[in-house]
Amino acid sequence: METIRKALVIIGGGPAGLAAGIAAREAGVTDLVILEREDEAGGILRQCIHNGFGLHRYGEELTGPEYAARDIARAAELGLGIRCGTTVLSVSPERLVTCVSKQEGLQVFEAGAVILAMGCRERPRGALGTPGTRCAGVYTAGAAQKFVNLEGLMPGRRVVILGSGDIGLIMARRMTLQGAKVLACVELMPYSSGLNRNIVQCLQDFDIPLYLSHTVTDIRGRERLEGVTVMEVDEHRRPIPGTETDFACDTLLLSVGLIPENELSRQAGVPLSPVTGGAVVDDRLHTGVPGIFACGNVLHVHDLVDFVSDESFRAGQAAAAFLRGEAPDAPAVEVRDGEGVRGTVPQRLHPDHDVTLMFRPAGVYKNAAVVAESAGVELARKRAMIFTPGEMATLPLKAEKLRGVTAPITVRMEVKENG
Amino acid sequence: MLEHTDILIIGAGVVGCALARALSLRTDAQILVAERACDVAEGASKANSGIVHAGFDALPGSEKARLNVKGAAMYPALCRELGVPYRQCGALVTAFSEAERATLEKLLRQGEENGVAGLRIVEREELRALEPNLSPEAVCALEAPTAGIVSPYELVYALADHAALNGVSFLFDTPVIGIEKTPGGWLAVTPDGDIACRCVVNCAGIDSARLHGQVSAKPLHITPRRGQYHVLDHPETPVFRHTMFQCPTAMGKGVLVTPTVHGNVLLGPTAEDISDGFDTATTAEGLAEVCETARKTWPALSTRTAVTNFSGVRAHEDGGDFVIGQAAPHCWEAVGIESPGLTSAPALAEELAAAICAAEGMTEKAETVPPLKREKPFNEMTPEEQAEAIRRDPLNGRLICRCEVVTEAEIRAAIRRPVGARTVDGVKRRCRAGMGRCQGGFCAPRVVEILSEELGIPMTAVTKGGGASRMLVGEI
Repeated sequence: METIRKALVIIGGGPAGLAAGIAAREAGVTDLVILEREDEAGGILRQCIHNGFGLHRYGEELTGPEYAARDIARAAELGLGIRCGTTVLSVSPERLVTCVSKQEGLQVFEAGAVILAMGCRERPRGALGTPGTRCAGVYTAGAAQKFVNLEGLMPGRRVVILGSGDIGLIMARRMTLQGAKVLACVELMPYSSGLNRNIVQCLQDFDIPLYLSHTVTDIRGRERLEGVTVMEVDEHRRPIPGTETDFACDTLLLSVGLIPENELSRQAGVPLSPVTGGAVVDDRLHTGVPGIFACGNVLHVHDLVDFVSDESFRAGQAAAAFLRGEAPDAPAVEVRDGEGVRGTVPQRLHPDHDVTLMFRPAGVYKNAAVVAESAGVELARKRAMIFTPGEMATLPLKAEKLRGVTAPITVRMEVKENG
Repeated sequence: MLEHTDILIIGAGVVGCALARALSLRTDAQILVAERACDVAEGASKANSGIVHAGFDALPGSEKARLNVKGAAMYPALCRELGVPYRQCGALVTAFSEAERATLEKLLRQGEENGVAGLRIVEREELRALEPNLSPEAVCALEAPTAGIVSPYELVYALADHAALNGVSFLFDTPVIGIEKTPGGWLAVTPDGDIACRCVVNCAGIDSARLHGQVSAKPLHITPRRGQYHVLDHPETPVFRHTMFQCPTAMGKGVLVTPTVHGNVLLGPTAEDISDGFDTATTAEGLAEVCETARKTWPALSTRTAVTNFSGVRAHEDGGDFVIGQAAPHCWEAVGIESPGLTSAPALAEELAAAICAAEGMTEKAETVPPLKREKPFNEMTPEEQAEAIRRDPLNGRLICRCEVVTEAEIRAAIRRPVGARTVDGVKRRCRAGMGRCQGGFCAPRVVEILSEELGIPMTAVTKGGGASRMLVGEI
């Protein structure tokens, strides 16, 4: 089979792939292609018609399509090749990328470098093991969002939302604005997994009750959904008998977590983190397989697209540097999750420049500090009034502090007594 | 009058469809299948373990024993002919104590009496080598090399397609409320009108005893017995090579752990006697029981990779055996077809078709149509074959279901089959779009669109599984 040589192949034309492509092109990589499975670039932003995107990057509030349009316009200016309607079937450790499309059939790219930017998918009902019937009317929030915003079709009229992830919160407001009645948002954990601003703007502003430490324990309806049972859970997340409340509804939307979509990464032999579900990377976003980089939600699930773009720019620049034959000066140091910290990215770093660590707090911590240390030496510390799992936290490490560090770096939460 | 036909088959499960096909290959008589649901295989036929049983479970001399062994022997050739996924993976019934060894020895003798070939007891050492993930508590196991796995609904789709190619008509959404004797045969009463026929065959599964009661004084009673299952995502390496049984109990063959023909892991079923035979809900207790029991076989079991759960209801006739034959003049039946019903169906259908044709004096078929050639799924093709498939039909270059790698051409083909998909679930079971780990999160909207185009109905009229199961309630 004929193979096509390409300096850089980027898998995914959402915000991550676009930013990576723009940065790589700006860093001098001309021979690159972005492979996008949908008919248009932009990824999930295409269906996110609400505003709030771009506050960090542009200092203004854009809708999802507006945010994507700016990257698509810049990509066009730079003459980036974006191949839409093209699905990647496999990636090999040798960076052979096999893809199919209607127009070009099956093609194999032999890439100098690959950037994985496939994004994430939603956890479905089956993964929760929720019992009940398998009626119509149970959708992931994202699927419902696609129906409403891209097809102009309503999935239901009386809605219960399970999970308080951001897409679920956004859809609570969206369905309400379209005339549906959203009866409740039910969250298993004692805190929301969504952004605080979405709790306020999407639930509180519309008087939609949020039930924390509750879950859906039964789904009823032979053909279309007729109702769900909601129960309170104890500290072990087990339903408490006697707390059953029935909601008559025709729709159950699930917003119960996002999973980085790493099937291709796995095929390519990329080592994955069981905590983030994404690749293990260094500060250059370089995975364990030489020449394969990862960025955006396929690496770890972000809260804001602005941070996806930022990370992906760095991946594009790093891939360009790799293609120029540049390698880090210092050997990599391992970065570990300590007490109260989960899923720190990157998992290893070369202590030769400023590096910002990203992670999720393991619980809600008030009046706490996050600390990075190596061999008993503190490298950085950041205080905050509150850390919650719903908001990704960052901790910048300065190059001067990192210089000479060889022992593993641990990131942990430090909580003041009576804090 | 809604319809008139020579032979009316009530029920389009595996029994009804296998019989329709067998009859259509023998006789030129008009054959009509009336089905209450919107598709074939909507009852127990789609929701079972998908096992082709070897035949050691049933009591020697029973119809179950005879048809099981005969049916299992027909499977390899039948699945090859129809292009249905089938694999003779063998089964192991595990004893977890020396006391259970006696049960295995009894099963072995019983199996040999039933005519099952190749049965033997495998001792601990060999067992560990065969199935390293099996519990260390396992003492020994009965090996049945002739057992296999099949995609049960894909078998029914293929049987129905082949029957349709040979002239069988299907009437969906047509529940038969009652059967009445007429001078020329029988009249089946449905909400949309009556169906007149010369002879009728009751293959109504869970509803079969009720219909039997309308034509016969001999009492039959079906106890609906629900079984709940977990489905796990394809593991990177198979967990078990064989279908793993535990020792059977009075309620059935117990909880099994098995690979499926598509590489998933299936756990279940429970055995709960319920009052409503159409109640296919799963329950927290039932699903927990499946896991707890399956752990005895597979201690490392985790439902972290669960894709879905489901339940099916078997039609358990209180006598414990299949009831097959003539219930009244020109009225035939197959009642109480629970496990090993899937395995037995091909043999049962052959025998019943022969009996009906002989007794009813049906005209012989002059020429039969061979089954459609099964297209190799895109997912299973080599890159060269995939390239060729896209050249042949560019819609193969458009992937709709990313988890299971299903193309737009395959989805359209599933809808255009002789007995084609008309619902989202029908598409899913025919070509696996939406069957994967995201459970249709990404592809369901596209599948709805394609169904709407192919069936010429608005997207808001597309259903998940027929009836009132509309996916969408209106425009915004």
